[in-house]
Amino acid sequence: MANSKQIAKPKRSFPDWLRSRDGQKVLVMVAFMIVPLVLLFVFTYLPFGQMFGFSFYNMKYIGARKFVGLKNYSKVFSRKDCFGALKLSLYYMLGSVVQLGIALYLATILSFKVKGGNVFKGLMFFPFLINGIAIGFIFKFFYTRGFVFDTVLQWCGFQLDNLPYWLRDQRINNFSLVGTSVWRYFGQNMVLFIGAIMSVDSELYEAATLDGANRFQQFKYIILPSIKTIITLNVILSITGSLSAFEPPYVITDGANGTGTYFVVMHEIAHTQQKVGLASAMAIVLLIIILIVTGLQKLFFKYVFKSGEDEDPRAAIKREKQLARISSRKGGAAV
Amino acid sequence: MKKTNEQAIAGRIIWMIIQYVSLLFFSFVAVIPVVSCVITAFKTDTEYQNTNVMTLPESWLNFENYIRAFDKANMGRGFINSAIILVCVLLISTFIGTQLAYVLDRFKFFGNGLIRNLFLFASQLPGVAMQVALYEIMYKLHFINSMVGYIILMCGTDIISIYIYIQFFENIDYSLDESAIVDGANYFTIFYKILLPLLKPAIVTSCILKGVGTYNEYYCANLYLQDKTRVNTVATSLYTFVGPLGSKYNLICAGVIISLLPALIVFITCQKQIYSGLTQGAVKG
Repeated sequence: MANSKQIAKPKRSFPDWLRSRDGQKVLVMVAFMIVPLVLLFVFTYLPFGQMFGFSFYNMKYIGARKFVGLKNYSKVFSRKDCFGALKLSLYYMLGSVVQLGIALYLATILSFKVKGGNVFKGLMFFPFLINGIAIGFIFKFFYTRGFVFDTVLQWCGFQLDNLPYWLRDQRINNFSLVGTSVWRYFGQNMVLFIGAIMSVDSELYEAATLDGANRFQQFKYIILPSIKTIITLNVILSITGSLSAFEPPYVITDGANGTGTYFVVMHEIAHTQQKVGLASAMAIVLLIIILIVTGLQKLFFKYVFKSGEDEDPRAAIKREKQLARISSRKGGAAV
Repeated sequence: MKKTNEQAIAGRIIWMIIQYVSLLFFSFVAVIPVVSCVITAFKTDTEYQNTNVMTLPESWLNFENYIRAFDKANMGRGFINSAIILVCVLLISTFIGTQLAYVLDRFKFFGNGLIRNLFLFASQLPGVAMQVALYEIMYKLHFINSMVGYIILMCGTDIISIYIYIQFFENIDYSLDESAIVDGANYFTIFYKILLPLLKPAIVTSCILKGVGTYNEYYCANLYLQDKTRVNTVATSLYTFVGPLGSKYNLICAGVIISLLPALIVFITCQKQIYSGLTQGAVKG
């Protein structure tokens, strides 16, 4: 707000202009956009630029800095704990596929009339609203030997001796961590899918039910086409999300026993070891990878959905035809 | 003919059973980690050491752990700080968010698209990576251990609410603005007197989402509000339990439960807005 006054002052020499529509327009634009743009610049683009600069130095946050050229970048690729950590992303990608599958399945169930549907929805959604640190404690507790998870499995007939250490055993601990992330987000994905399914005209379902289409057919011919976009979007988001996986290992294992994802390693290097240059190089490398992946996704989207947008009415007609076909088939069988 | 009918009915019943079994199973999965915490939080030290974690506590009225956890983790201070942060962040970000959305939606000017893209791009940068360099900037601005600094940081880029607002503005007919202009109102009047009141549902939605996000934020809070006796939030006060207290789970669970009560209350009272806000934000974002 203070800035807008400063800008307004020199304009006093054109008071008429300022009072005119155009002057008003510029004034309101500057007054309304200056704060968010300054915040955006200071907290996003300035650090982004600085990080690029840091990546060529050997430095700590405080003290002398030494220019080392591309050395940090070659370290990112040669150090085993840096670039190699990216392969853990595969676990998280797998997890997000499972998560989307569960979410889609439950969303389909809940989008039909189900007794107590809202309660189920609420219970499954709530994990999304728990803060990250609490989740860390909850799952350290959950996975501790002989505690919650082991007890539940013993109820199901497993022997404690046959169960692994969920967070220590390197064959299994990454799956345990990915499980927590699935636990946290499947309800949220489900709510998104329900929203998308509900946006379909409910008459379509009624018509289909009247015509005798069963649930699976309704899913295939009405629900799936209508939420194709949001599913694709989520699959795509999960790829970048998996590359930058951070929270589960950070709050639960602190990256110990081979669970340190790329960003956990970067966090450790930046804030504990204070090798800011190397951490910056790591960040830049991953950002470039993410940008490339995002770019590819945009292309993919354009290729797959650009034509889809034009064809939308046609797709709808096709869907209706398919429905008609089902109903005629069903009708034929019932009569 | 009759047989197909019977089959259809049998199919429907089986489908019904599968439905409820899946719903029950996944609800159980979602709830069990939290429920086990609640159970443990009600146990005394000896009870906790001598019984299985899933054995129910002797007394459901044993609030001693809650009191101890609240004290040990300095959660009173945390609640006060979190409340201050929430109020300030929600006020400021609503203010600047709606204004920005107003300009971006109502004015066609060179750079409009560029600004939208700048915000969109910013939202795609992973926060953890940005903090590597942002830490130095916060340090230079003397924002370490400063509530003001943290609040300003939290008010920054927030693409989801901007999208929610823009979407809402798109649905408000432009003729409303035009008739006000004809009547001689300036843009500030139009925004504050006419459009802002209409925007209330969108503001409520995005405040709930942003509020839950801010309340739960712990990474930046831990990084920039390091003095845990003075500037801790509810989330970061849980860090007290890292270290020597790390195996006293009856205490820790009580702390965890306290920290998620506000989110639970907001969720129960504003379920609808949370769902719709998420859906709106996601479809556009």
